[in-house]
Amino acid sequence: MKLRKGPNVIEAEKGKSYLQLVWRKFKRSRTAIGGGIVIVIISILSIFAPFFSPYDYLDYQPHQSFRPPQRIHFFDHNGKFHWRLFVYNLKLEMDPETYSRIYEEDISRRFPIRLLVRGWKYNLFGISSNLHFFGVEEGGAIHLLGTDIYGRDLLGRIFLGGRVSLSIALFGAIVTVIIGSIMGAVSGYFSGLVDMVIQRAIEIIQSFPQLPLWMVLSAALPKTWSSLDVFIAMIAIFSLLNWPLLAREVRGKVLSYREQDFVMAIKEMGGSDARIIFRHLIPNCLSHIMVVLTLSIPELILMESVLSFLGLGIQPPMVSWGVLLQRAQKIETLGQHPWITLPGFFIIITVLGFNFLGDGLRDAADPYSVRRT
Amino acid sequence: MIDYIIRRLLAIIPVLIAISIISFIVIQLPPGDYMTAVKGQMQSLGGLTEDEAEKVAQELRKIYGLDKPLVVQYLLWIKGIITKGSFGFSFQYRKDVGQVIWVRLGLTMLIALSCHFVSTAVGLLIGIYCATRQYSLGDNFATLLAFAGLSIPSFFFALVIMYTLTVGFGVEAGGLFSQYYVLAPWSWAKFVDFLKHFWVPVLIVGFAGTARNMRVMRGNLLDVLNSQYVLTARSKGLKERIVIYKHAVVNALHPIIMYQGMVLPFMIQGEIAASIVLNLPTGGPMFYDALVAQDMYLAGSFLMLLSVVLVIGNLAADILLAWVDPRIRYK
Repeated sequence: MKLRKGPNVIEAEKGKSYLQLVWRKFKRSRTAIGGGIVIVIISILSIFAPFFSPYDYLDYQPHQSFRPPQRIHFFDHNGKFHWRLFVYNLKLEMDPETYSRIYEEDISRRFPIRLLVRGWKYNLFGISSNLHFFGVEEGGAIHLLGTDIYGRDLLGRIFLGGRVSLSIALFGAIVTVIIGSIMGAVSGYFSGLVDMVIQRAIEIIQSFPQLPLWMVLSAALPKTWSSLDVFIAMIAIFSLLNWPLLAREVRGKVLSYREQDFVMAIKEMGGSDARIIFRHLIPNCLSHIMVVLTLSIPELILMESVLSFLGLGIQPPMVSWGVLLQRAQKIETLGQHPWITLPGFFIIITVLGFNFLGDGLRDAADPYSVRRT
Repeated sequence: MIDYIIRRLLAIIPVLIAISIISFIVIQLPPGDYMTAVKGQMQSLGGLTEDEAEKVAQELRKIYGLDKPLVVQYLLWIKGIITKGSFGFSFQYRKDVGQVIWVRLGLTMLIALSCHFVSTAVGLLIGIYCATRQYSLGDNFATLLAFAGLSIPSFFFALVIMYTLTVGFGVEAGGLFSQYYVLAPWSWAKFVDFLKHFWVPVLIVGFAGTARNMRVMRGNLLDVLNSQYVLTARSKGLKERIVIYKHAVVNALHPIIMYQGMVLPFMIQGEIAASIVLNLPTGGPMFYDALVAQDMYLAGSFLMLLSVVLVIGNLAADILLAWVDPRIRYK
């Protein structure tokens, strides 16, 4: 019986390279492209955080505590239309009945939003500057996402937190992938005692529920450590507990390659075991490894956010999205200042982006298949 | 079949031993112990000097056996569990760990398993619906929702629900009982009150689980629907309903069963995160407090029992799979 051939198999016979086929299949998935774009945007916003933040995110302004997000207007209070978007200043009032602090718009003066304005001084990659993407002129204030308890601009702090949340997940995923692919390849290639030891280790690590074990290990980090130490330790913990999944998959692939002619040929030519593993077996699993890398980043972002939210992860003054959400734990605070949950939406959007991207990559990584799911 | 079960049962014994050792060791990792905190307390509140407080702490360590070498402590702990069913002493609650842990672990498992069954049932149905109508509006919508389910952290979902319930509807959120019923004996009214609170964590945790199950089911069923025996069944002139439910769905179920063992940890994880936010009287908040206070036997026992539950869950999934699919038994 003749097997059905997918269109890509025919293309491959015409001499298109693997990468060309992957790209062809990948770009057909609109969600994957969209996910990729979202990630690029959020990464740029985080890397150039000071440029995109109109105010210094470390600057304490206690008199501006918990300002709600400002509304952006096209129409002023008379209903007159203005081409340039503008905001009104907020002035602090006292509720006559409850005596609670409320902010109200001061409609006496409009503050148009200007692009590329001069503001607070910052230092980025050795270049010091005071140029900012947007802002308002002197006398006005613009906090598009409101401020936190110390009056710091939430938008800027979200960009700043993105640096830590993204980089911890990225590094964590990279280290995971390195350990996982080496362990998997070694385990599959050598079999015997080595294989058994690694497989038992995987079995034991996987028999623990992840979150509680991560909570235990993070809680074990000494309180005296600096934020940076904790950051590095968390990457170590993440990768220590996360590698088994990839190792299992790589092992399966290596087992199927091990008996193939090309491995035999290298052996006959005198290639060492290390050469076979690192130059031939692992590169053959690379597409698979890339997919796992992309899909473990969102998981690490989620995990980091839970741990930091519970106060067991990243420690202030370092800021991550999870840390920013800590204040929302108290329903009293959350009820009156709902905008402090906004970092959570950045978590969701980023994780969603990575999931879409990873999903598209997984489908594309095997361009010879006809399966469409 | 019985052979297979016995083989699997024997194989988990070393795993259980390893789990107990690791649980015990990781709990010991933080510098200091509960008595260090007690010492600090006596210095600041009791007005003892450093030396006096240290002396008392040492005395307490002796009483609770914390001065012995780690190996001896571990063996004593295990001996207590096996011979007396006692998991050690909880310093925080000043009770035997067993008295604290079982109710809370039970509630955690009750929530996790409820989510498990709800999300499996709902996930399967949505998965079947989507796979049979691939790329339709409903399928795209469900797929999008599934991605959302995978991407929303459960603690954050819990925050949003809590905010909506409190501010939007003026209902009290959090806890599993209203204040009036917390200490009341079980009655019909208490049960109704319990259900009124119970759906919140089930919704939060079940959402993510449903998403996972639905994606797995949809993928499998699509694969099966492309296979040739389905084509045969169709060309025989069978009704579409019979093709799908009698030929395709039954064969797409195997990976779902295998997946059940893997989904349970997600449920427990989600329950722990959500219950800390909602402050439910389950294992999550207890575990968190025990970790912060270094109440080591409580935290260690909880970690160990959770892992044991997972091992048993995996075993059950494997046995179920072997029962459904004879190829596995004879491997």
